[in-house]
Amino acid sequence: MSNSGKAFSSSIGKKLVMGITGLFLILYLIIHCFLNSLIFVNDGGLTFNEGAHFMATNWLIRAMEVVLFLGFIVHIVQSARLTIENRAARPVKYAYNDGNANSKWYSRSMGLLGTILLIFLIVHLSNFWVVSRFTGIPTTDANGHDDLYAVMKLTFQNVWIVILYVLAMVSLAYHLLHGFPSAFQTMGWNHKKYTPIIKKVGFWYSIIIPLIFALMPIAVYAGLI
Amino acid sequence: MSTGNMNLTLKVWRQKNSKDQGRLVDYKVSDISPDMSFLEMFDVLNEQLISKGEEPIVFDHDCREGICGMCSMFINGRPHGPKQGITTCQLHMRSFKDGDTIVVEPWRAQAFPVIKDLSVDRSSFDRIIAAGGFISVNTGSAQDANNIPIPKQDADAAFEAAACIGCGACVATCKNASAMLFVSAKISQLAHLPQGQPERYRRVQSMVAQMDAEGFGNCTNTGACEAECPKGISLENIALMNRDYYSAKFLKEEEIH
Repeated sequence: MSNSGKAFSSSIGKKLVMGITGLFLILYLIIHCFLNSLIFVNDGGLTFNEGAHFMATNWLIRAMEVVLFLGFIVHIVQSARLTIENRAARPVKYAYNDGNANSKWYSRSMGLLGTILLIFLIVHLSNFWVVSRFTGIPTTDANGHDDLYAVMKLTFQNVWIVILYVLAMVSLAYHLLHGFPSAFQTMGWNHKKYTPIIKKVGFWYSIIIPLIFALMPIAVYAGLI
Repeated sequence: MSTGNMNLTLKVWRQKNSKDQGRLVDYKVSDISPDMSFLEMFDVLNEQLISKGEEPIVFDHDCREGICGMCSMFINGRPHGPKQGITTCQLHMRSFKDGDTIVVEPWRAQAFPVIKDLSVDRSSFDRIIAAGGFISVNTGSAQDANNIPIPKQDADAAFEAAACIGCGACVATCKNASAMLFVSAKISQLAHLPQGQPERYRRVQSMVAQMDAEGFGNCTNTGACEAECPKGISLENIALMNRDYYSAKFLKEEEIH
């Protein structure tokens, strides 16, 4: 191993950090999406609250929560740093640049999509994480667990929150459409046989996960849950 | 596509020197043959300017057959203009219509300062090559066939990477002005061949370090470079460069560098 400290400050190293944290957050979304889908179990939220109770009390999950926050912070700070550098790399802009001729708009708009997601993340954390960790959940369910389900139902009565969540999930879908295959390319995994599979899996992941998430506030607001 | 001669409006970037702010200037050209190349159309325009006593537009060109990598115009928002797989000198006026307005700008990047008008200084590419894009020992004259066995796939990959003419279209079109496609092609052409192996991991580190020092941006995998490259250099080269870089930094012993 040599100069590996410097490795992370090089252009390729900075990309690697984005890729690794991105893939980590992609894995996290699967767990988050699965647990939240428990609200669709038709038992007045008992299963969902059970899941939330497990997440809140298991020591391994609590330890991973710290890693998760670090993952988010590193991904966000690094992207801000890269964006500033990349802007400086072209101080005089083109008078006319036909970006659509050679790349996807969402590939070029990862910063904008990410900013929407950051705003969402702050609102989302204050809606649920702050409530369950700090200010406290007022009621308990039949099993004696904190009734996070009731908090969720109340939160999604606000149409503006619902709109923000749905908009954020559309942004997430596009963010993932680029980010999922891009992370593999950055890791150096570009292969005639595997890359088409990665792209296909990435496409469906980017559609399905945000769609399931978006259905949650919509279903609650529409009174289906 | 036009068949008859055409009249065009050009908006061309004029900039006296690297310190000048520069601006787009409108020019009219008339009776342009669709069989002219884009550069020949510029020759006509410059003749007009000279006969009027104005200063002609400076632009880079050399072989005018798509292999030297000298021509570098950003035409209607795209490097080397609207067609794929060609350089500006191979772009013909039949790709435009009578009455069109065409915007022509120089490559824009911190690492490619404008010298004058449409001509930019691409010596940052030369410095990246000088940092390691070579084999240090004399490899002698051409070997007898099959003297050094090289799998066909490797030979093909090396040849495809070696097609890079270093024109800088990848940097010009990249939203981050990143040079990774160019650098990866220069690394890849040697990484696929046995003669390139002894210095393989030293090369990738020094060339990437020089690329960063020149002030190019960071790759975000939009793929614009690959789409606009006149020689069809593939993003696979960037993945290979990334792999080699990680190997060098994380797996190899310090002595190898």
